[in-house]
Amino acid sequence: MRLSSPLAVLLLGLALFATLVPRAAHAGPYEDALAKFTTESYADTAAALGLLATSGNPRAVEVVDALADGRLLVDPAAGKVYIRGADGSLADAASGQPAAGVDAAALKAVRANNRVRGAIAAASGALSLFNPDPAKRLAAAQAVFKSRDATVLPALDAALAKETVPAVKQALATARAAIVIGSSAAPEAERIAAVATIADAGDQDALAVLQNLPPDAPASVKTAAASAIAGIQRTLAVWGVAQNVWYGLSLGSVLLLAAIGLAITFGVMGVINMAHGEMVMLGAYTTFVVQELIRAYNPALFDASLLIAIPIAFLFTGLIGVIIERTVIRFLYGRALETLLATWGISLILQQAIRTIFGPTNREVGAPSWMSGTVDVGHLAVTYGRAWIIVFAILVFLALLAVLRLTRIGLEMRAVTQNRRMAASMGIRTNWVDAMTFGLGSGIAGIAGVALSQIDNVSPNLGQSYIIDSFLVVVFGGVGNLWGTLVGAMSLGIANKLLEPYAGAVLGKIALLVIVILFIQKRPRGLFALKGRAIEA
Amino acid sequence: MTDTAAFPVEAAEPPKAMTEKNLTEALLYLDGVTVTFDGFRALNALSFTVDAGEMRAIIGPNGAGKTTMMDVITGKTRPDKGDVFFNGGTTDLTKLDETEIATLGIGRKFQKPTVFESHTVIDNLRLALKGQRGALANIFKRETAQERVKIDEIFETIRLGEHAHRLAGALSHGQKQWLEIGMLLAQDPKLLLVDEPVAGMTDAETAQTAELLREINANGHSVVVVEHDMTFVRDLGVRVLCLHEGSVLAEGTLDQVSANERVIEVYLGR
Amino acid sequence: MSQTDTRKPALLGTGGLVFLAIVIGLAVLVPALNLLLPAGSALHVPTYLVSLLGKYLCYALLALSVDLIWGYVGILSLGQGAFFALGGYAMGMYLMRQIGTRGVYGDPVLPDFMVFLNWKELPWFWYGFDWFPFAAAMVLLAPGLLALVFGWFAFRSRVTGVYLSIITQAMTFALLLAFFRNDMGFGGNNGLTDFKDILGFNIQADGTRAALFALTALALAGGYVLCRYLVRSHFGKVLIAIRDAETRVRFTGYRVENYKLAAFVVSACLAGIAGALYVPQVGIINPSEFSPANSIEIIVWVAVGGRGTLAGAALGAVLVNYAKTYFTSGMLAPYWLFMLGGLFVAVTLFLPKGILGTFLEWRARRSAGSPEPDAPPAPGITAKPAE
Repeated sequence: MRLSSPLAVLLLGLALFATLVPRAAHAGPYEDALAKFTTESYADTAAALGLLATSGNPRAVEVVDALADGRLLVDPAAGKVYIRGADGSLADAASGQPAAGVDAAALKAVRANNRVRGAIAAASGALSLFNPDPAKRLAAAQAVFKSRDATVLPALDAALAKETVPAVKQALATARAAIVIGSSAAPEAERIAAVATIADAGDQDALAVLQNLPPDAPASVKTAAASAIAGIQRTLAVWGVAQNVWYGLSLGSVLLLAAIGLAITFGVMGVINMAHGEMVMLGAYTTFVVQELIRAYNPALFDASLLIAIPIAFLFTGLIGVIIERTVIRFLYGRALETLLATWGISLILQQAIRTIFGPTNREVGAPSWMSGTVDVGHLAVTYGRAWIIVFAILVFLALLAVLRLTRIGLEMRAVTQNRRMAASMGIRTNWVDAMTFGLGSGIAGIAGVALSQIDNVSPNLGQSYIIDSFLVVVFGGVGNLWGTLVGAMSLGIANKLLEPYAGAVLGKIALLVIVILFIQKRPRGLFALKGRAIEA
Repeated sequence: MTDTAAFPVEAAEPPKAMTEKNLTEALLYLDGVTVTFDGFRALNALSFTVDAGEMRAIIGPNGAGKTTMMDVITGKTRPDKGDVFFNGGTTDLTKLDETEIATLGIGRKFQKPTVFESHTVIDNLRLALKGQRGALANIFKRETAQERVKIDEIFETIRLGEHAHRLAGALSHGQKQWLEIGMLLAQDPKLLLVDEPVAGMTDAETAQTAELLREINANGHSVVVVEHDMTFVRDLGVRVLCLHEGSVLAEGTLDQVSANERVIEVYLGR
Repeated sequence: MSQTDTRKPALLGTGGLVFLAIVIGLAVLVPALNLLLPAGSALHVPTYLVSLLGKYLCYALLALSVDLIWGYVGILSLGQGAFFALGGYAMGMYLMRQIGTRGVYGDPVLPDFMVFLNWKELPWFWYGFDWFPFAAAMVLLAPGLLALVFGWFAFRSRVTGVYLSIITQAMTFALLLAFFRNDMGFGGNNGLTDFKDILGFNIQADGTRAALFALTALALAGGYVLCRYLVRSHFGKVLIAIRDAETRVRFTGYRVENYKLAAFVVSACLAGIAGALYVPQVGIINPSEFSPANSIEIIVWVAVGGRGTLAGAALGAVLVNYAKTYFTSGMLAPYWLFMLGGLFVAVTLFLPKGILGTFLEWRARRSAGSPEPDAPPAPGITAKPAE
């Protein structure tokens, strides 16, 4: 038997009885409570609230609310209790019927002091423990856990006995344990058991409860709490790292998306494309236009808007890439620094063009329904949007790998990269391959833009924020190595998120830049450097 | 000049006694040098020595490791395994970088002539001239009378006097090769490493170059020449080392080496 | 016959003398026309124009600093703006301390933004900036030390070409983020502004403005002579050799990293001076000066004027910035970025040697046979690979 006092046993019994026979006609706890309000004693009022909390009477909530608002009136002489409605009309608290012919002037409001106010809060909390909606009961249990109000204990026990939904039942048990653990009235063994119950919850709040034991708690309880705290902290630390790794993977996949096109243009072709970020930006604006058209002509397709935007963005930015390659970059092969300057110029032109067409402000790109929402995994909150972007980044990566490994154009691209003259003499149209390679890199950037439109502001400056990171990813991972780009993006993403808790977002970012700068100086060719003669050329 | 006991040696570990002798006396000593690029063995336990004042020709098919060997000696590439010593075993070259090795007295001519194209010919020599190398000191450097004399001497050796004030980039291919050799002379190294000096030269230029190198050698510089041109190697008239797949295939006079069965098989052809 | 040239080549050729004459002429003429002529006179130079021209000359000095390393050593720094901004902040901190009790909050020691942030005392790195000689030393030391440390790491590890460009860009980006933070103690994104006086002179006064202009012109002239001396010394010849064939220089026994480092530090100090002169004339320094876009824009000034010509870099800075002022103030403002972007593309494709470089080449071809041209041959924008 866990109950701590005869009173509680009584209350529990009453509560059970009340719930079994909710509409009992004879005097029950509800009527007893009403009677206590008429005595004009604070102690009785508080006791009455305790009775109401477990009465199970559907009108109990109304009475407690009325008391809280000062709308609970009594006629001490007649021993009657009335509730004044918002319109001033009176209702008999016992029956719920409108009270006619009562002299309002003879009625007195039930007064409250701090103790009563505490009891009001506890009672209204306890009452929601019996709410028919499981979600409301769960919330109430969590509220009790937070308040740790010992007066709710009887109601809690009653609710616990009645509860059938496992999640709510566990929340109730945890809340009960949180009360018992700090109560000097509870037997020591029960308090130690409460420690175990709370340790099972294992979250930050549980930690707070265990850390704030009353100073007079028995040594055995304190010891149990201390070991439970250590256990929770270990678990939480692991989950904390898992959380940061998850955020890191999410950031890493964003970096991967932004950098992967660059891994083609810079890594494979050796072209420093400073307009790469603008290709991403164009992809995002393509998504915006596609969504606007869908909204205008066929709103039913909205959930598919991103899937429709992907091929369009790929073709559009790929085409822009081919045009840039044919008109500017092909005259600058082998002159990396000039390519850098020329493509920077192109990036300014593209930004300004978008600014002129769409205006300088952010454009709203909507999220399809399947991308919104969250699912809890252990102590992690996983948003569908982020999860999809990780999946998408991996898919794009694998698709690109497949294109390079398995297709004819991929073969030709690798041939031209390795030995341009030999490739040319074997009948490969190297000019065409150059244009296609650059188009492929740009098209991938456009696809990245579709994904990034979901998590970033779609503005003309979108690309600018990615260009430096993208270059660092490619250089860090090792130029000319797609796997290096994958590892580079993920490790930079995760490192960034692991640094953030210690250094803050901005300092973490700065620290990461410094680390990458130092790393590049240590290994100028990146993580997965090609060795040997090839790099000397 | 060379060891009189000229014997053709198959690629094999030198006897212990010889190792010690070489450590104490050889100017350049390579032992068991191995270099691997992504699994490809560019040098495979390469061992040979060059004595002070010696001129040595190195031949071998493409990919035999000739350029990698020069990279190792000049500090551009670190060997995975093996010893590289200079100055009679006193200096471990694998611990030094290019600049330190150049300062020690090893000069290198690249396969493709590498001169400072936007400098005049005379400025190329001034830059190469042995002397002050410190950055800050060179802000205030003035040319001394001795340096002027030395540069005039080099011009006589390399026969480019009339081009002194032309830009090096405007020279012909052969002239650039000579300018580069002149720059090596200006450095006054103990050991010159010369990579294919006559590639792309006319026959007359080739003969002149052979003469030039002999002259340089006669003035006390040790020379290692890598070359494909057999006529040129014959003109030099020195001991020849044939490399194949990163190690020594044969060593001796040109006649001995070219009579070697394996050399004929892998390099000269029948 | 001796091939050695015994006559010492002139430090400044005709072109250099013309450039110096123009700059020093401006240093005298512009303040004179501003101060001595009445406002109504046709030749009067209004004060706003004096400050605007002063700004251009600061940019010219900045361009000169870029040309020293890009034109002569082949180091394309995309972070030169960082050195400029650091010099500017050092001067800005001095000017903030000079405000004294005239700030909005009237605190005798703390600048307004610190009072606003509820700071109680001056951070240690602000000590000494109320004393001009200290601040002036920091104008050189802050960028110089950053260049020394950064360059030491980068050049020692042989980070070259685009890799170096990318990490210099990352460097200035990191500084941009850092200076945006309020708790860095440099005024956050508002930066430092509302200056009152410099060395006791009212910073708004015509006389002060004219003096600052003259000083800027003299700094530009001095910077030009210094760079010119450096690139024509034996040291400078090594720099050019490094640009053309870095590996060869190493095999010749030079410590390439030391040469690069020396040039990089000198360049950073020049940029710092340019920043320090810029701030009192413009009246504000904020973190946007660190933005990577600013640093890349400097490169295009140099490319337009002519890389590796020094005077051309200065010319390019003035021309591009004049165009910027002209176009961004009128109806054409929305099209300025199109023009700037187009300029990047056009210069790299059609005018790789820049204006002055192309002119010098044309003149050299016309008088072919002249043994030593005034200026060392302009390299175009291309740095040839070492091998």
